[in-house]
This record gives sequence, C-alpha cells and structure tokens, in this order.
Amino acid sequence: MVDSLTYTPKITLEFEIGEKDFFIAGECASRVKKTLQQLGLKQDVIKRIAIIIYEAAMNVAIHATSGRLIVHVDPDAITILTQDIGAGIEDIDLAMKEGYSTATYEIREMGFGAGMGLSNIKQCSDGLSIESKVGVGTNLEAKVFFRNEKKAVEDT
Amino acid sequence: MTVKELAGTLGLEILTGDINLDRQVGSGYTSDLLSDVIANIGDDAVWITIQRHVNILGVAKLKDVSAIIIPRNLGLEEAFLNKAKEEGIAVLRGAQSAFELSASTYNEMKRGRGVA
Repeated sequence: MVDSLTYTPKITLEFEIGEKDFFIAGECASRVKKTLQQLGLKQDVIKRIAIIIYEAAMNVAIHATSGRLIVHVDPDAITILTQDIGAGIEDIDLAMKEGYSTATYEIREMGFGAGMGLSNIKQCSDGLSIESKVGVGTNLEAKVFFRNEKKAVEDT
Repeated sequence: MTVKELAGTLGLEILTGDINLDRQVGSGYTSDLLSDVIANIGDDAVWITIQRHVNILGVAKLKDVSAIIIPRNLGLEEAFLNKAKEEGIAVLRGAQSAFELSASTYNEMKRGRGVA
C-alpha cells in the first residue's frame, strides 16, 4: 500500500446521475473504490473517498433533476466534483450542520436525507468548496490528499 | 464465525441461497440511516436494518458487508432479494427485534473470540 502514487495515473471517472437515482450513488462509490484499490492506495484513504463520493452522489440524486460526478485521480490527490441542475442550496452554512435536512419525508423514510451528507463529506475531505444558486444548481469540489494519511495510518 | 454459523445459532432464515454463507463475520452495525452506516460500519460486518429497498444494496456493496439481517420477520420484495443475489450479498431474516438481534450477534461474536 502506498500513500502517494509515484506516477501520474491520468484517471478521470465520470458518472451521470438522474433524479431519484439512488442506486447509482453506491455504484459510483464502489467503482471508484475498485479503481483506487487497483492503484494500491491505502484502505483508510479509499474509505474516506468512498464516503465522499457516496454522499455527494446521493445529494445530486435527492436534490437535483440531473447531474454528474467526476473524479480526477492525480499522483498526490483525488478531486471529486459534482455538478448539478436542481434546487440549489439556500444557506450553505446551515446545510453543513449535521442533522439539518431539506429532504422530503418519503426520502427520509428510506433512510436517506438524514442531514449528515455534507458534514460527512467535510469530515472526510482535506478541502471542500460548494457553490450554489437557488433554483439553478450546485457545484461541489472535495479534495483528498494522499500524503496526509501517512501518519494517521501509521498510528493505527 | 461464518454467516452460516451465525444464521444457525440465531435461527435466522437464509433468503439468498448459498450466497456468501462462508464469509466471516467480524463486526456488526445496527442502523437505518444510510449516512450513518456509510460512515461508521466496520469491516466484515453484519448490518441489521429494517430498510428493505434495493438502494440499500448499494451501501451494502460499497461497505462490503458480510450479510444484511432483517428483524421481526419483516416482508421482503422479490426484486430486493434478486438484486441482492445479483450483487452477491447474503440476506438473513429473524423473528427477533433489531435490539435482540444486535445483542445475540454481539454475544456470539464475543464467545467466538473467547473473550466472554
């Protein structure tokens, strides 16, 4: 297992996410996880990345009418982007608060929309930026640096 | 302890045939909130949940769970079980509540490890 790649993998993975397409979130995360395992990255880093991807893709499926998820793998970092057309976020600070959710009752009843998505993403990423316009859509960018994991992994 | 052994001890119904029965059970997690499961479930875990829609299988696959255990003999749709088989995920069901299933699974695991 390595904490940074010694070569430039030039990998970009892209997924289309449709409205209420909840299964795709798990699919996206599983496929990226598999690719990263093949690259030999540490399990801890892969776990964090998978959580970010799942939550980001779920947000698109729950709140947007359409969108996509793009994952760029670089030698020292991974960048996860979602771009969607949809409801947008009125108050990003409030949306970041654990437990705050605008998901409908039906969605919550399925176990989604617990208001943990963005806080989970924040906890797992080394950098997060969100741009959103109400009624237009949301762009999210999360970064995970591979080297930062070194100490955490050695400690366990 | 394998999935099959756990099913035998707790008297659980195996709903997905031979799939994944020899898989080791290393931990367990009980939750119906998918974000919570994604963030906190351990390795080789059995996942005890009352959620029974196909989308939870995406979570189960991603977290590579050993098995899903459904409490209180809750009903399951054919489509759910077919998808679980397709994804290679074992689904078990018991008459016990989620609380009782969690307790029994925990005790079995502890016993199996010789710590109890």
